[in-house]
Amino acid sequence: MGKLASVAEALLTPHGVDRYLELVDPMLVRREIRGRVTAVRRQTPSTLTLTIRPSRAWRGFQAGQYVRVTVTIDGVRRTRCYSPACSQYRADGQLELTVKAIEDGLVSGYLHRHAEPGMVLGLSEPDGTFGLPDPRPDHVLLISGGSGLTPVLSMLRTLADENHPGEVALLHYENEPADLPYRAELAELVAGRPNFRVRFACTMTERGGDLHGFFSRSHLEQVAPWFGEAETFLCGPVPLMDAVRKEYADEGLSERLHTEEFTPPALAAADGDVTGQVRFTRSGKEFANSGKPLLEQAEDAGLRPEHGCRMGICFSCTQLKASGPVRNLRTGEVSAEDNEEIQLCISAPCGDVEINA
Amino acid sequence: MTGLQDRLTPEQVEEFGRELDELRQRIVADLGQEDVDYIQKLIKTQRGLEVAGRGLLFAGFFPPAWFAGVGALSLAKILDNMEIGHNVMHGQYDWTRDPALSSQNFEWDTVAPSDNWRHSHNYIHHTYTNILDKDRDIGYGILRMDPDQKWHPYYLGNPVYATLLALFFQWGVMLHDLEVDRVVKGERKWSEFKEVRAKIVRKAARQFGKDYVLFPLLTGPMAPLTLLGNASANLVRNLWAFSIIFCGHFPADVESFTEAETEEENRGQWYLRQILGSANISGGKLFHILSGNLSHQIEHHLFPDLPARRYPQIAPEVRAICRKYGLPYHTGPLHKQLFSVARKIVKLALPDRRQPEPEPRTVVGDRQPAAA
Repeated sequence: MGKLASVAEALLTPHGVDRYLELVDPMLVRREIRGRVTAVRRQTPSTLTLTIRPSRAWRGFQAGQYVRVTVTIDGVRRTRCYSPACSQYRADGQLELTVKAIEDGLVSGYLHRHAEPGMVLGLSEPDGTFGLPDPRPDHVLLISGGSGLTPVLSMLRTLADENHPGEVALLHYENEPADLPYRAELAELVAGRPNFRVRFACTMTERGGDLHGFFSRSHLEQVAPWFGEAETFLCGPVPLMDAVRKEYADEGLSERLHTEEFTPPALAAADGDVTGQVRFTRSGKEFANSGKPLLEQAEDAGLRPEHGCRMGICFSCTQLKASGPVRNLRTGEVSAEDNEEIQLCISAPCGDVEINA
Repeated sequence: MTGLQDRLTPEQVEEFGRELDELRQRIVADLGQEDVDYIQKLIKTQRGLEVAGRGLLFAGFFPPAWFAGVGALSLAKILDNMEIGHNVMHGQYDWTRDPALSSQNFEWDTVAPSDNWRHSHNYIHHTYTNILDKDRDIGYGILRMDPDQKWHPYYLGNPVYATLLALFFQWGVMLHDLEVDRVVKGERKWSEFKEVRAKIVRKAARQFGKDYVLFPLLTGPMAPLTLLGNASANLVRNLWAFSIIFCGHFPADVESFTEAETEEENRGQWYLRQILGSANISGGKLFHILSGNLSHQIEHHLFPDLPARRYPQIAPEVRAICRKYGLPYHTGPLHKQLFSVARKIVKLALPDRRQPEPEPRTVVGDRQPAAA
């Protein structure tokens, strides 16, 4: 097969096999990873749960990791990170993603409106270091809020599949009962497992959940009185993260707290915003944003990135922007997309920006 | 002789530049799914034609199949190089963030590596369009294409070199990046092109291997016929690309410029130079697609990174702007432009008969913008 494939590559040079296969069926590609949506479920008004069959280049993931999901919206590819919510041992090899609709969320909004079985999405290799250590800790406490549920839910389901013998507890926060997803599945999961415990907390209501109000010491003690001996995995909105971090710091338990930030997409900066740090990762140079085009800022910092016309014509200086908002000086458009190719000569940063050069 | 700066007053240049910027902005804001669908459909057509062409050549013992195969493969190579490759590599679809349509990743079906070409074409030619001694596309280091290039007995061979370049165009484009003429003259060192050379060898080997070794071998006893078919498709593409490209900059009325004229030019003056230095070819929709819309060379040179399918849409506006400012808008049918280019190639092979006569550099007519 390997030899046949390389002959095929040679015959189909310069475009390669995938560029032909994808015209027959986008799922046939060999190098890239894609996923076909096989089921769509709306558990709560604000969540969308997708079951996805990945193409053959998919090699599985570890509970807690995330994948980059790409959709095409109005001709433009948009990528966002989502953590699979299923066990890493899921029998049919499919992925389960639960997407929370974010207000003004471009990708989540698009998925909520358009996702249906048959839809093909772009997927990346799984990434991220948030995960259960090997060997597994005896006691595991999982704390999440909102869409932070998915990576810890994956851990919980993975531990269940492993028949983990120690204590495992999940404490999840939502605004109100209507927002609580996965209630039936989780009830079923803990049913035959006395050492597994799931507790839902509602922050905005007095009724409907197992617990009420924001994260507190009392919640912690009710859900996992053994939290001092546990490894804790935390993912959720900033106020929750801060509250848990403080509690653990006070207890001297910070080393046992493992966190995953999910930063909301950077907001487009207002006109004339000259703030933030610019980082060129490969060279390790970092400097304060001066407001000039990135090419000039790099040169001022002693870097010599490849360039040509310096006026946006020739695309010689195109580099991958890992993150951060930049303004296209020819169109005035601000873009804060991750992993986006930009022309350094006509792009000015407006905030913290990282370039892979 | 009228210099570039004398064409329009500074105020006019500024206004003229602003109008073109606005035009560009309007199209950029309108880009979307339709543009992506268009290029995807073209890619699909191109891939289909390629597979059909290669397939038909397996039945190459049957002459109609051979001819049909060569036809399909020629069309596939033309679409690949012109409307797809050339345009994608100009960054026209970078805004889609599709890696398969990225200017940095795309590789085309010719022996010239895209990396090298992006430098010589996107950067050098599109930045320094028609500036003598800077734009290496004037004569490609081989031909005398402008009366301001000093005559030398070497140029007596002008028509022969042009014919050879037309026949072997893809190899010419490949060698163009090596700047052999400058190495011969001692202006640059052979060693400076080590990287360029390495890319050329790798790319040419792959292209050559595919068209002249692998596919012929696959067809077994018909290998010579397949090889001939592939060579024919490459030849058809070469002649076509040469014709379109030479008609874009070398018809009689197109102007060239000196470095002095273009020092410290502003955006408006840059636009002006693109218009004066380019020529369109008139024709139907299919013709425009097969030419990669380089039949709209003027629009392409003004906005090289706008998707080419938009050029026909904006051409009337560009033309109206030219009329408003009393600027020429060179265009004509293919046969007329080709004849004009051929005459220039022959004429410039010979030494200048008289003192270099002042070329008609100014358009006679009203240079005041019409009242808006």
